[in-house]
Amino acid sequence: MNLRPAIRLASAAFGLATLLSAALPAGAADSVDPAADAKAFQNYFTTKFPKLKPADFVNGPYSLNEDMHRQWVEKEEFPPYEFSLEMGKEMFAKPFRNGKSYADCFDNGGIGVRQNYPYFDEREGKVITLELALNRCREANGEAPLSYVKDEMAALTAYMAFTSRGKPFDIKVPNDPRALAAFENGKEYFYTRRGQLNFSCASCHVQNPGERIRAETLAPALGILNAMPIYRSAWGGMGTISRRFTSCNSQIRGVPLEPQSDEYRDLEYYLSYVSNGLPISGPGARP
Amino acid sequence: MNDTSATRPGRLTNLVPALLLALLVGIMTSAGPAHAQSAAAEGQQLAFDIGKGNCLSCHVIKGGDLPGTIGPELKDIKSKFPDRNELVAILNDETKRNPRTVMPPFGRNRILTEPEINAIVDFLQTL
Repeated sequence: MNLRPAIRLASAAFGLATLLSAALPAGAADSVDPAADAKAFQNYFTTKFPKLKPADFVNGPYSLNEDMHRQWVEKEEFPPYEFSLEMGKEMFAKPFRNGKSYADCFDNGGIGVRQNYPYFDEREGKVITLELALNRCREANGEAPLSYVKDEMAALTAYMAFTSRGKPFDIKVPNDPRALAAFENGKEYFYTRRGQLNFSCASCHVQNPGERIRAETLAPALGILNAMPIYRSAWGGMGTISRRFTSCNSQIRGVPLEPQSDEYRDLEYYLSYVSNGLPISGPGARP
Repeated sequence: MNDTSATRPGRLTNLVPALLLALLVGIMTSAGPAHAQSAAAEGQQLAFDIGKGNCLSCHVIKGGDLPGTIGPELKDIKSKFPDRNELVAILNDETKRNPRTVMPPFGRNRILTEPEINAIVDFLQTL
């Protein structure tokens, strides 16, 4: 029996396979691994701040040292977001002119659902944030959309966050190439330098949390959205996630995008996902 | 009765010699060896200006309030960087030397002009 042709065939097949696997780059989507990213992200921060438990990060700079923690405890006695929270509760309960209300637009009547936003809508193929869902709810019921950055939008999201306090972020990236691409785009936005000052989000909130820019302590990116919306003394009022993103872009002397543009929605998706498991703490207060 | 208006002409005449003296001092200091000193003073102003160098955002600098903590303290600069061109290069674009730095590329992104960078370097060399 002559084995030679069989061996030749086998080695040719083997060679071809090797050639193919070397020549074809792994599909981009195959290399997106949100679960591994979230694990590495959380591990980075817990290693950098070994005294903190993961849940501590939702209090931002206030969790980073004892002095600031004391300030936070004192602030929480008369929280500056209380007025906004009350307004949000009233707005949420008040029916639209057609008799329906916000509760009709959300699972569980909108109570205790903050931790599920943003989500990936497989019909639309896009990320849906809570702020976007609130304005869509208004428009579907014949009401004008609200400004995304402050006041009423902050009040509504403050109330929805408040009813979800303590619930861990539970963001899902379905096994859909479009969802994986949205996650990856958000990650890319987060780590890309921009603006005249050449900062990425990560320059401050990954590389330098706990450090100070002048008198302001930089917050860790882990848990940063769990506390939204926030009352910021620097803003002299409440601000939403949209306000946080646009004002950061302005501060680095970049051109802010439109609130709820695809890039910001993807960014929120990424940044929320990597904080999965950390409790909702919003509304929050920051210096 | 308004007595400030009554005294005003007197004050003005007192001011004239003082202004002349100030002008004269100004001319004397801008010429001659005091030039480097005034460039350093201008550099300090640019370094502390929030819209320009804003160096205090990240660095402790003698004479500046509420410094940030991101970068190293700016002191003993002449012994650390004997070659002023190295300082100019850092201000122009530190990412060339250290891609992970968060220091803004002041020259490349035109946050500061070349003369402004030189004035700041003059100031840094006095630290």
